[in-house]
This record gives sequence, structure tokens and C-alpha cells, in this order.
Amino acid sequence: MSGIPHDHYEPKTGIEKWINGRLPIIGLVHATLTAPTPKNLNWMWIWGIVLAFCLVLQIVTGIVLVMHYTPHVDMAFASVEHIMRDVNGGHMLRYLHANGASLFFIAVYLHIFRGLYYGSYKAPREITWIIGMLIYLLMMATGFLGYVLPWGQMSFWGATVITGLFGAIPFVGEALQTFLLGGPAVDNATLNRFFSLHYLLPFVIAGLVIVHIWAFHHTGNNNPTGVEVRRGSVKEAKKDTLPFWPYFVIKDLFALGVVLVVFFAVVGFMPNYLGHPDNYIPANPLSTPSHIVPEWYYLPFYAILRAFTADVWAVQFVSFLTGGIVDAKFFGVLAMFGAIFVMALVPWLDTSSVRSGKYRPMFKWWFALLAIDFVVLMWVGARDTEFPHDWISLIGATYWFAYFLVILPLLGVFEKPLPLPATIEDDFVAHYPGAAKDSAE
Amino acid sequence: MFKKLTLSAFVALALSAGGAMAAGDAGHTHDVDFSFEGPFGKFDQNQLQRGLQIYTEVCSACHGLKHVPIRTLADEGGPHLPEDQVRAYATQFDIYDAELDDDRPRKPADFFPESSLSNAPDLSLMAKARAGFHGPMGTGISQFLNGIGGPEYIVSILTGYTGEEKESAGTTFYENTAFPGGWIAMAPPLYGEDVEFADGHSNELHHESEDVASFLMWTAEPKMMARKQAGFIAVTMLILLTVLLYLTNKKLWAPHKGKKFDL
Repeated sequence: MSGIPHDHYEPKTGIEKWINGRLPIIGLVHATLTAPTPKNLNWMWIWGIVLAFCLVLQIVTGIVLVMHYTPHVDMAFASVEHIMRDVNGGHMLRYLHANGASLFFIAVYLHIFRGLYYGSYKAPREITWIIGMLIYLLMMATGFLGYVLPWGQMSFWGATVITGLFGAIPFVGEALQTFLLGGPAVDNATLNRFFSLHYLLPFVIAGLVIVHIWAFHHTGNNNPTGVEVRRGSVKEAKKDTLPFWPYFVIKDLFALGVVLVVFFAVVGFMPNYLGHPDNYIPANPLSTPSHIVPEWYYLPFYAILRAFTADVWAVQFVSFLTGGIVDAKFFGVLAMFGAIFVMALVPWLDTSSVRSGKYRPMFKWWFALLAIDFVVLMWVGARDTEFPHDWISLIGATYWFAYFLVILPLLGVFEKPLPLPATIEDDFVAHYPGAAKDSAE
Repeated sequence: MFKKLTLSAFVALALSAGGAMAAGDAGHTHDVDFSFEGPFGKFDQNQLQRGLQIYTEVCSACHGLKHVPIRTLADEGGPHLPEDQVRAYATQFDIYDAELDDDRPRKPADFFPESSLSNAPDLSLMAKARAGFHGPMGTGISQFLNGIGGPEYIVSILTGYTGEEKESAGTTFYENTAFPGGWIAMAPPLYGEDVEFADGHSNELHHESEDVASFLMWTAEPKMMARKQAGFIAVTMLILLTVLLYLTNKKLWAPHKGKKFDL
């Protein structure tokens, strides 16, 4: 499967030959486990396995929760309480599922920022990156749909606010919103379709994950130097790589263990930390909570949505140009989706020929600022829109777009990169001087 | 650089989570040192029973506990009443039975009644539906040791009446230092010495408030002790597994990194 030269599987025994002649499944498993993997991968390359774990955890706990959950406006809240009180281990299942979503997003954000720093999106890995962005979008949708299911106050009002965003689209918005809700307002029809889609999308994600893995197995992993594995011969490639099993499986499992210690401490000792107390109040269409706050993982983009109010000159300008079709609300919606869209386009916006941020002295600082920007936007997304929060979110949102649309294209022209190591092996030996003898064999 | 950024990401997560919870607070909640706080905190069975008594004699006049099955009063990790007492307790609330087309006394398998007063909220989840404090610095991390402050909010409401009243649109409101906005429609439910405990435990106002708040924490999170135990076992086993994986990983990589590994 891999584009890196490696030893191929040869069936030896009779039964292996029989199976592999009909379905090359043993060869596929063999190729996956022996996949040549750059031996200098650092600890930021462990989030993939954490994400795979999260997907399995969410699907398994989710399927069991569905066995006890009732998707009906009159019964959903009580059925969740039934799970919490009467179902054997039900309280654990639900807390694992709810906190599992948060772990999923922590891991995906670290995974994405890893990719942004080490230039994992650059040729020839653009498709891996785009598939990853699609997975991320589906995760956002799935997380939102799932948060509606317990039918608490935040479920109901979150659903009202988010579907309202689609209502801001000119001309078709209102019809689209009605279509999404299955009626004029959030009601039983909404809960039922959200439940159906919340069950469907994780399997779409699972399918895309397979394509994601297939794509990067073909191109080979990126690595902290951004220097490609040598492909002249199997012997040469082996100097830069080690097989996935056992070296990276054990390393990743160790990292997963560390992550899970923290995860289970949260689930066991503070399971409602990342939830909102209002969601333990049953949904009430007649009483709006004083602050409707999305789940933490939407906050950076929620901040961008709210940043562009009617008194921002750019909004007024666009509104004037379009004859009022793009109003402040629609501008905000465009900005929010645009913020993710520019991230998906980064393979073509980054003009530098050097992949890894390690060897890009100017890029490093702009990237650090982007990471801080993300954190600040997340913080301000949970605040009200009073001064100075409105200014902070506007500056934060502007930097987000500036990074992708202005800074990255220009940096490639103005920046003078540092010298790259000739091979991955050189980089590895520089880290571990004792390794020189081993690779000299 | 990545280490620092990763760290700051977690800090941001903590800050924003705290922010999400800080929403809508205005009243003052004071901290109470409950027995069930912290990773090893346990419910005090006697306190839960006293709280049940207060709920039954005072709160239940208006407030329901509709998500709580009466039989759970016998559960371990809860008030842990003997089964015959639970059966006797259940009979004091009537329920309409469609099969009999008449009212009958409740059985342990039935739930507590709903609120009898339309504007009295159900109390089943009250201790989780309010957050009292979000420290330190709005991160909410302190709930690892202190809980989210829901029971404290209940105590603060019950002890927060100033004695001031006002009339507005035909309703009497009572000034309360813990209630957001400062004026609550609920008349002071407890004054102290409202109930007599069989074991002679103090029935001063703040003791009564803590007892009933503790009971409501149990109704909101009846599996809390089982959960903490599961959490403790999971964390212990995972630490063990992780140490073994760490050593395996180190040994595995040692020859390739040109290092020695002896154990």
C-alpha cells in the first residue's frame, strides 16, 4: 500500500496461499502492520491513535446508550435520567460518551495544529488534509446533534441558535431552516432527525477515517523534519524508517495510556466539568436561558461568528456592495464557515517550499501567534459581547484570516529557511548519537 | 514550542469551560465542606436520612422529585433504608392507577411525586443544575476537590433570606442573597427547629440546610460513590498499564537509539 519501498508479503503456508489468492486480506494486514514509519516521529504524532480510540469509544458507548434512550420531546430527558439511575453502568456509559466527545475534540485540535506546524498538509498530502478537514466538519456536526439529544435547556436553545444560522442565508435561508428543523420551530421532528443523523454520521466519519489512513499510507507519514523518507531502495528506506508494529504501536499505546489516566480521572471525579449545569433543566421553549453558550469545542468559531457585528466597517462595506443581501448576521455565518474553509485551503495558501516549521524562523512566531489566537478566541467565545470582548474577538478573527490569506502566502516569498537535515537518519542520529552505529549496519 | 502551546491549549480549555459555567451568576454562594466532595468523598448515610426527613416534612409540600424511584432509598451509596421502611415510606404518597381507575398508595417501584405547585421546580436534579462557584480564576478546576457548588447553592438559598419582602404584580417576593437577581418567589421554607431528628442531631437552620442539600446531591447523582470507585480503579489500573507500556517502549527502542536498557 505504501509508496515507500518495503518488503512485500509472500504467503508461505498452503492456507495462506489459498486465502490470499482469493482475498488479499492477510497482505493488507501485513502491509498495515509493517508500514515503514519515519523513526524520528515525536510525541505530537500520537493523536491519531487517540482519535481512533475516541471514535471506537463513542460508537460503542453510543450504541449501548441508544438501547435505553427515547427520542421524543416528552420522554428524552426522563430516558437519560433512566440511563443515569436504572441502567446497569448507565451513568458510566453516559459520562464516558459525553466526556469522550471532549477528548475527541482536544485530540483533533492538537492533531490539526500538529499538521499546521509541521506542514503535513503540503504536497503530496493535500488529499489527506482535505479528508481530515471533512472529518473535522462531520465531527462538529455530530457533536452538535448529540448535544441536542438529552433535551435539556442548552440542547433546545443551542439547536434553536445554530439552526437559526442557516436561516440567515439570503433567499433560501428560511426554507432551509424549516427543512432542517422539520417544522417552524425546534420540536419533536427536530429531535427525531437529529437522533437519526447523530447515529449515521459517525459511520460516515469511520469511512472517511479509512480513506484518511489509506491516503497517508500511500504518501508515507510526514515527520518533524518534513524531509521525505529516501525511496531509492528498500535498504535506503530502512535507514529512515522502522515498521509500525511494534515500534509505533507500543509508543502510541503508551501515550494513549497517559491520556486515558487523565480522561478517567475526569470521568470518575468531575464528569460534569465540561458540561453546562443548565442542561440538567428540562428543555422549556417558554424560558430562554440568560446566556446560551455552545460546547467548548465550538467556541473559537462561535467567537468569529459574533465578531462581525453591524458596526464593523468591513461588514458595512460588504452590505453596501451587495445591496444589503449580506447583512451582519449572514456575514458572521460566512466568516464562521470561511474560517474553517481557509484552513482547508492551506495547502495552496502556504507558498513556502519548506515543510516543517522547525526550519522556518519567521513562520514559527506567526504560527505561535495563531495558536494563541485560537486560545484567545476560545476564551472570548464563552464571554458576553460587551467591551472589550467585542474588540478581542474582532482582532482575533481578523488575525485568523490574515494568517491564512496574507501571512502564509507572503512568508514563502520573504522568509529565509534554515538548512534542512539531508535525511531523516541524520536528524535521528543528531538526537541520539548512539544510534549512529546501528544505522551504519 | 509545541509543549508550551499544548499546555496553553489546556489552560484555554479550562478557562472557557469555566466561562461557560460562569454564565448567569449574580447571587453569593458560600462554600460548605460536604463529606461527598473530592475524589474520595462519600455520602454521609445519616445525613442523607436526615435530609430525606426534611424533604418529606417540609419541601415535599410543594416540590417533587419525579425522576427518583422511591425504591432507590434502599440503595447502597444512598440513604440505605431497610426495605420494609422504604415500603412503609412509599405509602404516604398516593398515585393515580389507570388499571384501578382510582388512587392508590405508592409502592417502592413508583417514583416520588411531581411538584404540586406549578412554579415550584422539580428538585431531582437541582444540585447539578446550578453551579455555585467556578474557581480558581473562573477555570472551575476547583470542582475536582469542591464539586460544582450546586449543594452549596441550595444551602446558600435556604440560609440567604434577609427578612425583606416586596409585592410585585400580586406576588410576594422575598429578598435572598444567593438568588440571582436578589428576589425569590419562595417563602423561607426553613427557620431552624423545623423537624425533630430521632437521633437528636442538631436542627439549627444551617444544619438542616446542609442535610437537605446533601440529600438533594444524592437525588441528583445517586451513583456518585459507584462512579468515584470506578474512576479510582480505572485510574489505578491505567497507571499500572501505562508504566508497563513505558518500560516496554523504552526497551523496544533502546537498541535503535543506541542506548542501554537494563531492568
